[in-house]
Amino acid sequence: MRMPEPDAGIIARRATIARDLQALVPGEGVIVDEDALRAYECDGLSAYRQPPMIVVLPSTTEQVSRVLRYCHEAGVKIVPRGAGTSLSGGALPLADAVTLGLGKFNRILDIDYENRCVVAQPGVTNLGITTAVQGEGFYYAPDPSSQIACSIGGNVAENAGGVHCLKYGLTTNNLLGLEMVLMTGEVIRLGGKHLDAGGYDLLGVATGSEGLLGVITEVTVRILRAPETARAVLMGFPDSDSAAATVAAIIAAGIIPAGLEMMDRPAIHAAEDFVHADYPLDVEALLICELDGPEAEVTHLIERVEGLARNNGVQTLRVSESDQERALFWAGRKAAFPAVGRISPDYYCMDGTIPRHALPTVLKRMAEMATHYGLRVANVFHAGDGNLHPLILFDANVPDELERAEAFGADILRLCVEVGGVLTGEHGVGVEKRDLMGTMFTETDLMQQQRLKCAFDPGQLLNPGKVFPTLHRCAELGRMHISGGKMPFPDIPRF
Amino acid sequence: MTQTYRPESPEQVAALVAWAVAEKTPLDLRGHGTKSDIGRPANTSHVLDLSAIAGLVDYTPNELVLTARAGTPLSEIQAALDDAGQMLAFEPPDWRGLLGQPDGPDAPSGTLGGLVACNLAGPRRLSAGAARDHVLGVQGVSGRGEAFKSGGRVVKNVTGFDFSKLLTGSFGTLAALTELSLKVMPRPEETRTVLIHGVGEQAAMEVMSLGLRSPHEVSGACHLPAEAAARAGLGDATRSVTALRVEGPGPSVDWRCTALRNELAGWGPTDALDDAASRPFWAAVRDARPLAAPPEAQVWRLSVPPMSGARVVQAVQQAAPGAVLAQCYDWGGGLVWLALAPAPDAHAPAVRAAIDHHGGGHASLIRADRAVRAHVAVLQPLPPALEALSRRVKESFDPSGVLSPGRMAEGR
Repeated sequence: MRMPEPDAGIIARRATIARDLQALVPGEGVIVDEDALRAYECDGLSAYRQPPMIVVLPSTTEQVSRVLRYCHEAGVKIVPRGAGTSLSGGALPLADAVTLGLGKFNRILDIDYENRCVVAQPGVTNLGITTAVQGEGFYYAPDPSSQIACSIGGNVAENAGGVHCLKYGLTTNNLLGLEMVLMTGEVIRLGGKHLDAGGYDLLGVATGSEGLLGVITEVTVRILRAPETARAVLMGFPDSDSAAATVAAIIAAGIIPAGLEMMDRPAIHAAEDFVHADYPLDVEALLICELDGPEAEVTHLIERVEGLARNNGVQTLRVSESDQERALFWAGRKAAFPAVGRISPDYYCMDGTIPRHALPTVLKRMAEMATHYGLRVANVFHAGDGNLHPLILFDANVPDELERAEAFGADILRLCVEVGGVLTGEHGVGVEKRDLMGTMFTETDLMQQQRLKCAFDPGQLLNPGKVFPTLHRCAELGRMHISGGKMPFPDIPRF
Repeated sequence: MTQTYRPESPEQVAALVAWAVAEKTPLDLRGHGTKSDIGRPANTSHVLDLSAIAGLVDYTPNELVLTARAGTPLSEIQAALDDAGQMLAFEPPDWRGLLGQPDGPDAPSGTLGGLVACNLAGPRRLSAGAARDHVLGVQGVSGRGEAFKSGGRVVKNVTGFDFSKLLTGSFGTLAALTELSLKVMPRPEETRTVLIHGVGEQAAMEVMSLGLRSPHEVSGACHLPAEAAARAGLGDATRSVTALRVEGPGPSVDWRCTALRNELAGWGPTDALDDAASRPFWAAVRDARPLAAPPEAQVWRLSVPPMSGARVVQAVQQAAPGAVLAQCYDWGGGLVWLALAPAPDAHAPAVRAAIDHHGGGHASLIRADRAVRAHVAVLQPLPPALEALSRRVKESFDPSGVLSPGRMAEGR
């Protein structure tokens, strides 16, 4: 992975920078020890490692502001980091950058049931928010599978998803407000306990900006009342086409399930061996469909889903009779990644999204690619919204298997784009998909995105080397090429 | 004299913008012009009319995604969705009546691009989101005369910065939109409305909050004071109405409607509207029709923390005695419509101070004379750092300031 050339001048000033930062963040807030730095050398995408130059762990917005202002003036790069669970290398350090960790921002500041929202510091875990409000019957809807560990600030930076997105939306749809520090040290507040912006939707564009626009220091999210009932239907199919047809039929019937997940045969077997969820083993595809709401609605919709599945040739079908059984249905799906980790020394998790109708085509082409690359693939998908997570199985100790896995993964993502989809549904571009951005966007598209980056961070010091395959200087991006003043469009109607 | 250009392809839009840059000639972007009176008045001699960039591009109902050219009439989009039993879940409001525009069946309905440029949303905003939450992909022409795209045609997508949100609600000041992909949802099978009569305004905020905190999936919560309730066709103008909406399959809505009536019975006499009565009622609320605003009244739209709605109105009444002619609440109290007696400053200081004192938010002057809109901050003024950032964002898309300059605020 090619990263921006480290600035030798900055690295030479490491001791001075560390001392200056120490003055801004007193106590245990600055890490320079080589061994201690190693704990920060990678995130959830562990194939790429680089110890940071320095780690700074501020505990107040004021400290974040001072650190950023200092780095802005000194020309030092910053890599923001939440819990370090990114699957796309969003928090991958740079040799000449300060990694700014938000782990000390771990308090919930306000629980406001009347206005149905929670104000939290960015280091609070995703699950921590639900835990704080579940006693009153509330929860925070987006639920990425790393929800025990991942931080809400990281969720905002990556616009994290989860299995409940189809009905309840992504992070961006559940976020009301942010406090964010710009690279200059300026502190801005976007949104709050009210809805929508009075100006440009900077809250919307900051969400999912992968730490390139600012450092999040406070988050306001909406919380929802937990549904009265939730039940799941576990359906096994003789082939993936009939499972895909069932998904289409459910959506066509106007039903939006709380979760609609699909697994293929290798994923089913790996999960069953690991958690013993009592999955059928003689099927090619498994669907888990969860319906939630009032008892009367759930019962009614489950009958309809059963009918649709039978029309589409379902082979086995079970409806959860208790919350315990529902949890068991989900246990296999939620443990799919570690389960695959047990049957293969390494795996590489992809994250493309496709239009639902393309699913059979994509599965067929993926199987052909697996043969071509000589690697196995296990598939789990958020079938309801077309978000695929193919897991490519490989062994990094076998020469060139990592390279083959990466090439296979890149082919899958190109295929997603080819059928009308996108490179990443919820894991982010980071460093992982950076060099594939050109398959989806033109140079003009990407330059416009980088111009926005320049509006927030003209020195391009925040998380450089992520998202954009080619870095342009802001001055170069700002240049205009004006072509004469002659009316070039005699044929445009005018009145 | 105003010159209007009506390009017929995105390439022509790009050529026109490039020409505007070269000639330093700002353009006022518009579709059907149904929302031209929202925001600061345009101050340009040239109009870029995008209504010919029209037509559905792709709509496969099972994908829950609709792609159309930005100039497509909303009436055409609505008809296609109706045929498939689907909807734009954010309930696009129709403010033509409020703004004194013709709204008969033959009048222009407004365009999809105009709707997105203003980020409008109706009562379902509190559960389904606004236009911003439904725009999945955008294509447009920047103020550099360059065509660009962002997002896609799938619901789950984090590839690159989310320009779909940034451009939504940017009033044409960042780009001329040419094509949009939106998330669509199935229409609910049935709708019921629980009415609670005679609740005072502050208490109504609590009633709505209780409804929204219940497990009954309330998808609309409004409070209409007595006169507004009468205008909405409910009651005798002596009692207020607090209304909660439930939607979904028949057995579910019946059960939830009954449960809500039982749980809220202590607050006042309750009643229920069936499906046929619910739909026109919520359409009226969506379009702000119950607001008893005489034609000369200045109309504000406030977004505040839901529990602050009534307190904000009270604070405006105290700061500007006699100014408040009428008010209504939607979004559980979080959306306040205010009709004020006309004043040169539209009572902006009183309105904005009230918001500042009760938990923050923003206020937009939706209806006022052109002269008033030209010098009163129509959209919420921003703190200096945010204002400076917003101008840099504007410059990043439109360095020469040719796209509807000054439509949102001075300099952007």
